[in-house]
Amino acid sequence: MNLSFSEEDLKFQDEVRSFIAENYPADIKNKMDNGIPVSKEDIQTWQRILSKKGWFAVNWPEEYGGTGWSITQKHIFQNELADANTPTLVPFGVSMCGPVVYTFGTQEQKDRFLPGIINNDVWWCQGYSEPGSGSDLASLKTKAVKDGDHYIVNGTKTWTTMAQHADWIFCLVRTETTDIKQQGISFLLIDMKTPGVEVKPIITIDGSHEVNMVYLDNVKVPVENLIGEEGAGWNIAKFLLAHERTGIGGIPALKREIRRLREITSELPLGEGFLKDDELFMDKLNKLEIDLLAAEYSELRTLAAMSKGGHPGPESSILKIKGTDLQQGLSDLFVEALGYYAHPFMSEDDLISNEGRIGPDFAANVMPHYLNYRKVSIYGGSNEIQRNVIAKAVLGI
Amino acid sequence: MDFSLSEEQLLLKDSITTFVDKDYLFDVRQKNIKTELGYSSDFWKTFADLGWLGMPFSEADGGYNGGPIDLMVIMESLGRGLVVEPYIPNVVLAGGLVSRLGSEEQKQELLPKIISGEIQMSVAFSEPQSRFDLNDVITSAKKDGDNYILDGYKAVVMNGPSSNSIVVVARTSGNQLDKEGLSLFIVDPSSKGVSLRNYSNVDGSKASEITLENVSTPASSLLGNEGDAFSALEEVIDLATLAISAEAVGIMEKMNEITLEYTKTREQFGETLSSFQALQHRMVDTFMAYEQTKSLLLMCAAKLTDKSDDAKKAVSALKYQVGIAAKHVGEESVQLHGGMGVTDETNIGHYFKRLTTIRAIFGNTDYHLKRYSAL
Repeated sequence: MNLSFSEEDLKFQDEVRSFIAENYPADIKNKMDNGIPVSKEDIQTWQRILSKKGWFAVNWPEEYGGTGWSITQKHIFQNELADANTPTLVPFGVSMCGPVVYTFGTQEQKDRFLPGIINNDVWWCQGYSEPGSGSDLASLKTKAVKDGDHYIVNGTKTWTTMAQHADWIFCLVRTETTDIKQQGISFLLIDMKTPGVEVKPIITIDGSHEVNMVYLDNVKVPVENLIGEEGAGWNIAKFLLAHERTGIGGIPALKREIRRLREITSELPLGEGFLKDDELFMDKLNKLEIDLLAAEYSELRTLAAMSKGGHPGPESSILKIKGTDLQQGLSDLFVEALGYYAHPFMSEDDLISNEGRIGPDFAANVMPHYLNYRKVSIYGGSNEIQRNVIAKAVLGI
Repeated sequence: MDFSLSEEQLLLKDSITTFVDKDYLFDVRQKNIKTELGYSSDFWKTFADLGWLGMPFSEADGGYNGGPIDLMVIMESLGRGLVVEPYIPNVVLAGGLVSRLGSEEQKQELLPKIISGEIQMSVAFSEPQSRFDLNDVITSAKKDGDNYILDGYKAVVMNGPSSNSIVVVARTSGNQLDKEGLSLFIVDPSSKGVSLRNYSNVDGSKASEITLENVSTPASSLLGNEGDAFSALEEVIDLATLAISAEAVGIMEKMNEITLEYTKTREQFGETLSSFQALQHRMVDTFMAYEQTKSLLLMCAAKLTDKSDDAKKAVSALKYQVGIAAKHVGEESVQLHGGMGVTDETNIGHYFKRLTTIRAIFGNTDYHLKRYSAL
């Protein structure tokens, strides 16, 4: 047992920290620190800064532009990014489509798609869920029918995050109807500019536009955009879901946020003192911090096992459940901290102008965040599905 | 022992339920909350015509002599319809203070217009540092000849934007946390030195930040005796706490119904969601949370009606339970709806938002747990 980082790791931590300090653009940092929405361009700028340094596709094999870092180094890197409150990296290209292409794609497909992802020139979104297929993803109905050297795709995808900004979508489509629904699914890459692709916004309860419906109406997709064998899409989907779940706990960001909440308890006036004088509130904060500590060390145990050559197995389901529980619990504590000042609703314009704010400076994002974060126990495989995974794969029942 | 409603109360419940089911449609509400007023003045007129606005007032004041149980019946039914029209801030809070403390002249000037729906009022009681403590008041009122000079800042004043007059809680003597030395003033928001910043809350209601800067108000605007407002304010807030708890109970009952119905129709893995035992148990739990809260609601309404010695304690017990159950039922209803639960177009998310703000209004679980322990 040894809980500390090696000297080499600490040196690496310093290197990452000073790189972020020197290269994180002040205007983006200002937006992030003050809860002003960042634009696609902001995210792109930041991701390109990392990419130029060679620190963007950290998990990719070195031959495709990855870092070759140890598990511990990757962990340190994620922690430092979160600690500095940098924009969350958009996972659809670099963490999802990229790994699929270099794992299952042909050399030609790798040459065609990987550079765009790593350089941040091409933005991706994920075409998985459908109106009738949520937790039961394999029941998806979007059809791709082969017609010469093309597939003709028809169907509807939903909850498609950032589709309004995306250049391409990776889709699970049904190329064959079989008795076993997991068979006959294929993994297809579709250019969003193709005629017949239509994006319609879904506004969520916090008033934001993150997700969309994507309608596919007789969309002509060249057969060379098929990844892997026809009908082998479900295996790719499973591979990708495991990828999606690692890091979904968001522990580094939680550590930053709970630290912030603690600071806030010394800033928010309460009677003649501050919120930190309220024992009942502080009890809840401390309980949550202990729970977070347990989740953090669970994640470290998983990382340690992985660094010895293990695979992220069903443990990632535990991290997903615990991490999202904590994210929701903490977002609720922020709401409680504000009392009445959690209630005023600010539009995005109010936030950008910075004048329309009501109450403490940080207040405007607190309730939208609580409402928006109801999604984290629903997406990425709902927490009910994750419990099924643990019951089956870990407990063997 | 009898928990049943009287014939009149059943009729009242029927009339509101019919209105809510037939007229108060979800998309109409959604359109109304996006207007500047934030609600429908036609619906407000309907409330007046049907006698709901006059319910809590005495016959002498032009009302119907309704008690806490009638108020509970009204708010539970309005809650089921997710009614955003400002019944509590206007009728229960402002109306409650005027009817308890007002001079004959003040009552005659204001109450008939509240009852007929002609005017809107609100009460400015909270301040940035006060959280839920009614006695924590920095806003000051200093006697200046025949007038009082008001200075201070009032936070998140419900129904502030459409108010024709606002009851302001101000300190005429004592220290920030003293219960003594609080006075009420009926202030015209267009007076010199009063500025309102109006906005929408996340639940669709409207509120204001109010700055009072050297506001001169005549001694005749004093409501009740100088320095003596605390007990009436506490009594009215307690009644409003019952009202908003009843609203929460109506909302939770409705959310449980909507969720159960959804799980009976939504199919995954070839079965309806309602057939999965893991989900059945969770709906049983949210149902029990509703039932437990409803029981305390009835208890509290009865104790307030009887003016029991432990009525205040009952209010805090109820609001504590409301806070716990609202979080549980609200979050679970959204979760059981899956992605649909977080969309703006589905009604469940809007019920959830109102239930979430109710958790804090007039005191959250921590506040009422402490008050319960102290009483």
